[in-house]
Amino acid sequence: MKSSSPMKWFTSREGLYYLALAGLLVVILPLALDPFRLNMVGKYLTYAFVAIGLVMCWGKAGILSLGQGVFFGLGGYCMAMFLKLEASTPEATAIQSTPGIPDFMDWNQLTELPWFWEPFHSFSFTLLAVIGVPMLLAFIIGLAMFTRRVGGVYFAIITQAIAAILTILIIGQQGYTGGVNGITDLQTLMGWDIRSDAAKTTLYFVCVGMLFLCLFVARFVQNRKLGRILVAMNAQENRVRFSGYDVAAFKIFVFCLAAAFAGIGGALFTLVVGFMSPSFIGIVASIEMVIFCALGGRLSILGAVYGALLVNAAKSGFSESFPELWPFAMGALFIGVVLAFPNGLAGLYQSYVMPLEERLFKRKPKIEAEPAAEPEATPEARKPAVAATEARDYDPMIEHYSPEKS
Amino acid sequence: MGTIEMTAGGRSIGKGPGFRKSLMTLAASVMLATSVQAAAPATAEVNTTGLAVTDDSVTVGILHSITGTMAISEIGSVQAEKLAIEQINASGGVLGREIKYVQEDGASDWPTFAEKSRKLLRQDNVAAIFGAWTSASRKAILPVIEQYNGMLYYPTFYEGLEQSPNVVYTGQEATQQILAGIDWAVKEKGAKSFYLLGSDYIWPRTSNKIARKHIDKLGLKVVGEEYYPLGHTQFNSVINKIKLKKPDVIFASVVGGSNVAFYKQMKAAGVDFTDEKPLLLTISVTEDEIRGIGGENVEGIYASMKYFQSLDNPNNREFVTAFKETYGDDMVIGDVTQAAYLGPWLWKAAVEKAGSFDIDKIREVFAGIEFKKAPEGYVRIHENHHLWSKTRIGKAQIDGQYEVVFETEELMEPDPFPEGYQ
Amino acid sequence: MFDGYTSSELMSIFAMQGFAGLSLFSVFVLMALGLAIIFGQMGVINMAHGEFMILGAYTTYLTSGFFQSYLPGLFGGYFFVAIVLAFLICAALGALIEWLMIRHLYHRPLDTLLATWGLSLIMQQAYRSIFGAREVGVELPEWMMGAFQVTDMVELPINGLFVMIIALSIAVGVYLLMYRSGYGKNVRAVVQNRPMAEAVGINSAGIDRATFALGCGIAGIAGAAFTMIGSTGPSSGQAYIVDTFLVVVFGGAQSLIGTIVSAFGISQAQSTMEFFLSGSMAKVLTLLVVVGILMLRPEGLMALKVRR
Repeated sequence: MKSSSPMKWFTSREGLYYLALAGLLVVILPLALDPFRLNMVGKYLTYAFVAIGLVMCWGKAGILSLGQGVFFGLGGYCMAMFLKLEASTPEATAIQSTPGIPDFMDWNQLTELPWFWEPFHSFSFTLLAVIGVPMLLAFIIGLAMFTRRVGGVYFAIITQAIAAILTILIIGQQGYTGGVNGITDLQTLMGWDIRSDAAKTTLYFVCVGMLFLCLFVARFVQNRKLGRILVAMNAQENRVRFSGYDVAAFKIFVFCLAAAFAGIGGALFTLVVGFMSPSFIGIVASIEMVIFCALGGRLSILGAVYGALLVNAAKSGFSESFPELWPFAMGALFIGVVLAFPNGLAGLYQSYVMPLEERLFKRKPKIEAEPAAEPEATPEARKPAVAATEARDYDPMIEHYSPEKS
Repeated sequence: MGTIEMTAGGRSIGKGPGFRKSLMTLAASVMLATSVQAAAPATAEVNTTGLAVTDDSVTVGILHSITGTMAISEIGSVQAEKLAIEQINASGGVLGREIKYVQEDGASDWPTFAEKSRKLLRQDNVAAIFGAWTSASRKAILPVIEQYNGMLYYPTFYEGLEQSPNVVYTGQEATQQILAGIDWAVKEKGAKSFYLLGSDYIWPRTSNKIARKHIDKLGLKVVGEEYYPLGHTQFNSVINKIKLKKPDVIFASVVGGSNVAFYKQMKAAGVDFTDEKPLLLTISVTEDEIRGIGGENVEGIYASMKYFQSLDNPNNREFVTAFKETYGDDMVIGDVTQAAYLGPWLWKAAVEKAGSFDIDKIREVFAGIEFKKAPEGYVRIHENHHLWSKTRIGKAQIDGQYEVVFETEELMEPDPFPEGYQ
Repeated sequence: MFDGYTSSELMSIFAMQGFAGLSLFSVFVLMALGLAIIFGQMGVINMAHGEFMILGAYTTYLTSGFFQSYLPGLFGGYFFVAIVLAFLICAALGALIEWLMIRHLYHRPLDTLLATWGLSLIMQQAYRSIFGAREVGVELPEWMMGAFQVTDMVELPINGLFVMIIALSIAVGVYLLMYRSGYGKNVRAVVQNRPMAEAVGINSAGIDRATFALGCGIAGIAGAAFTMIGSTGPSSGQAYIVDTFLVVVFGGAQSLIGTIVSAFGISQAQSTMEFFLSGSMAKVLTLLVVVGILMLRPEGLMALKVRR
C-alpha cells in the first residue's frame, strides 16, 4: 500500500470510485426512492455480497462455483433460525400443542426443539454461525476438491450437485427446516420490529455499511501479494506451484472468503426480506448470482456491486412492465454480456469512459494505465505500461479451463 | 375454533367500535334494500383507509406466476379471476364502481411474491388481492398482507394449519378434501389397505398425515408412505413396491411434472386403473393436470375435490360456457380455477354487505356470506375464513373429464386445525 | 419387508426391479450422450441441453397432432417420423446456435455455461409463448401402451423397452460414428490437438458445428423418447440438467464409454436405493455417493490419461 494517509486515498482515482458508490447508495438512492423501493434496493445489495465473493473466487482465482447459493442460504438460514426462535415465544405460540417451538415443527409433531436449533437462542452464536457455517462447509468442500486438483468445469458441476443435494434435504426434512415454505413470518430482531418502514430503512444502511466492509476486505486481499498469487494461479497454476506455493491452500482460502461474504449477504437478506426459503439455495439462484458478477465485470469488485444492482433492477422493471417478456430480455442480456462484453460493465467502463476521464482530468499516463479494479499495485508489480495492458486485455478464461488441460 | 385469531397487523381503525358497527349495519341494510342500481355511495364514506377507490372505479390486484415453473398451474386462476371481474363489471360493478385490476407476476419466486404484494398494497393501494397458488408463495405474502392490513383471496386447496384475519381461503383445506374421500373409498369400495404417495413438500406430507390418522381411526392399514422430490420423473421402483404390497387404494398427492411421469409409467407398467386393483384416489389431479398427463393414462382414477367441470347444475353450465367463450373451446376448468373464480364474487358480496371497501369492515361481515351462484353449487364463508363446501368424488374419463360418482350430502365444515389429526 | 411372500413372487419383483434399473439406465444414457459429445469432445457446457430435449418433445407433440388430423391411418407409426424430425430440427437449431454464439466462445468454456443459460431462459419462454404455459399431453399409438406379459407376475412396460431400444441404437450409432467413421476420426483429431488437426487440413470449424449439431440432435431424440414416460412443458427440461451433468462428469468427460458406465452405475444405485428407502432420501444418497467418488477421483471413472 503506498497511500500513506486515508485522506490521500480518498482523493485518488480509486478512492473517488468508492466515494461515488457510497454517494449513490448513502445519499442519492435514499433521497430519490420511497421506503418501498429502497427496501428492494436493500435486497439487491444482499446479492452484491455474493457477487463480490465471486469476483474474488472466479474472476481473480478462476474457481467458478455454481453453488454460491448454498452459502448464501446457510447464512440466511442461521439468521432465520435465530429470528424464528425469537418469534416463537410460548405466549405467541400458545395455540400449538407444544408452545415455544417454531410453528412448522409443531405441525410436524416435533415436541421439542432439535439440538442444532438450541444454540440459535444466542445472538452472538448466530452472528458467528452466519459466517462460520458457510466457511466450514466451504473449507470441507475446498479441502476435498482442491487438494485433489479438481478445478474448472468439474468443480462448477460438483458445486451444482451440492446445491441440488442441500435443496432436496432441506425440503425433505421439513420438521427441522420448514421445508419448501422455508422459515417465514420473522418479526423482530432482539425486540426490534424489522417490518416497519423505519426498520427497513435502517437495515438498508446496515447493508450498505456491511457491503463497504466486505469491499474493503476484498480490496485488501486483492492488493496484497496474496491477491496477486490468486491471479497468477489462475493464469499459470503450475508455475505458481513450481515456485513453491501451496496452490490448494490459496484456493481454499479464497473459496472460504467468498463463502463468508455470501453468508453475510444471506443473513442480511433474511433481515431485509423477512423470510428464508430453500429456493435461494437451488441451482437457478446460484447461477443468477454468477450472472450478477459477470455483468458487473468479473475482475472488478465495484463492478460486481453495480452488476447485482442493475440485473435485479432490470428484472423488477421488466417484470412489472412486460411480465411475459422479461425472460427473453434476461436471456438476451446474459448472452450479450458474454459474447460482446466479457469483462462486463467494468470492462466497458475501462475501455470507453476512462479515456474520456483522462482527457477531462489530464491525468498522467502512469495512472491511466491502471485499471479500476487494481489501481494500487505495489511497486514490485508495477511495470506500468506492460502490466496494465496485460491486465486490461488479460482474459483469465483463455486457455485455462478447457477440459483437455484440467 | 370459533373466533378468529387477530395476530400481528390486524390493526383496528376508527374510534368507537359500537358506533361504527351500528352505522355499518345500517349502511348494509340500506344497501341491501336499495340494491345496486341506486346511485353509488360517496367515496369518502365507503373508503376511509385510502384504498384505490374513486367515484367510479375500484382497483384490485391479481398476483400469480405467469412466468416460471408455476405458470403452468396459475394461469387458469388468473383467467378465472379476470372473468369474474368482467362479469361483475358487466352487472354494475361493486357499490356502483367499475373494478379495475393491476396484474403482477410472482414469477414462481417467493420473494418476488412478497415484493409484489407489498407493491400492490403500498403503491397501488388495492382494495383486495386475488392471488398466490403454492403454500410457499402464500407464506411469503402473509406477513406483508398482515402488516399492511390487506385482504388476500387464496384459491388453492391447501394443507390447513393456518387462519389469518387477512386471508380468505376459497379452496378446501386438507380435512375437507381427504376425510370424505377416504370414507368413500372404505364405504363404497371396501378398501382395507392404503399406500400413501406424494411429492416431497408440506402439502402432501400434511395431507398424508391427516389421511394416516384417519385410516388408523377406522382401524385400517397403511402399507406404505413415500415421497419423491418435486420434479422427479422416474417412478418404476415405487411402482414395483406398490405391486409387492398390493394395497387396495393408492392415495396420491404427486404434483407438477412428476404427475405426468407417474401416471404414464403406471399405465405402462400394466396397471389398468379401470380395474380398480388397486384403486387410485388422488387429491392433486384436476382437469387441468389431465391435459398434460393425457386422459388415456388416468382413465379410471378417482379424485376427491369440491369441483369438477362436469358438475351438472345451472350455475356451472353458465360458468363453463362463459369461460369457454372468453378463453376458447379447448379450455378445461379445474378445482382451483373455480375456487379462484369465487374470489372476486365473495369480495363483492362482502363489500356490499359491509357497505364499505374498508378491510376491517369487510372482515367483520365475512362470517356467513353466501354465494348462491357458485359453479360448485353453494358456498358460505365460515368464521375461520374458509368456505363451507361439499366434497365430491369424480371418476376420470378418457376424454379428460371427471364423472361425479359421489357427493357429500351436507356442506363440509372447514377445520384448518383439526383436533386429533395433528 | 419380504415376509409373507413366496419365492416366485420375490423373483418376479426382483426381475421387475432389475428392469426398472435398466430403463432408468437407458433414460440416463439418452440424456447424457448428447451432452457427453458436446461437453466431452468440445469442452462446451450446454446448459440449454434440457431445452433442446423439450424441443424434441414438442416436435413429437406437433407430429402426433399432424398425424391425427391428416394421416389417422398411419398414426401407429408417427413416432418414428417424430424421432427423425426431432433429430433434424434440434440439430438444425444446434448448428444455428453454434454459428451465432458458441463458436465465439470456444476459448472460454465457462462462459459457454453463462451464454447457454441465457439461451435456455429464452427457449423456455419461447415454448411458453408458443405452446402455452401448461404441459401438453402427447398421445401415444395404441401399440406402445401397456405391458408385455412375461409371466403372471412379471410385466415389462412396452414403452420402457422402446426407450431402451432407442438408447441402445443411439449408443451404438454414436460409437460407430465416433470410432469407425472418417468424421469420427476428424473429431477425435480436433479434440486431441486442434492446431495439428488444422495443419493436416481438417476443417475444425466445420467439425465443431457438426459435433454441436449432433449433440443437440441426440438431445432431440431423447426428448422425443421421453414423451412416453415424462412430461412435456416449458420448464420440464430443467429437471434433467443436474442428473445429466453428473452422469457425464462422473463417467469422465472425454470418454463415451465412461458416460455409459457411469449412467449404469448411477441408475442401478438409485433404483435399488429407491426400492429400499424413500424416494427423496434415495436421491440425496445417490448424489452424495457420486459427489464423494468424484472428490476421490476427480477425473471421473474412465478418464483419458493426460499429462498434468
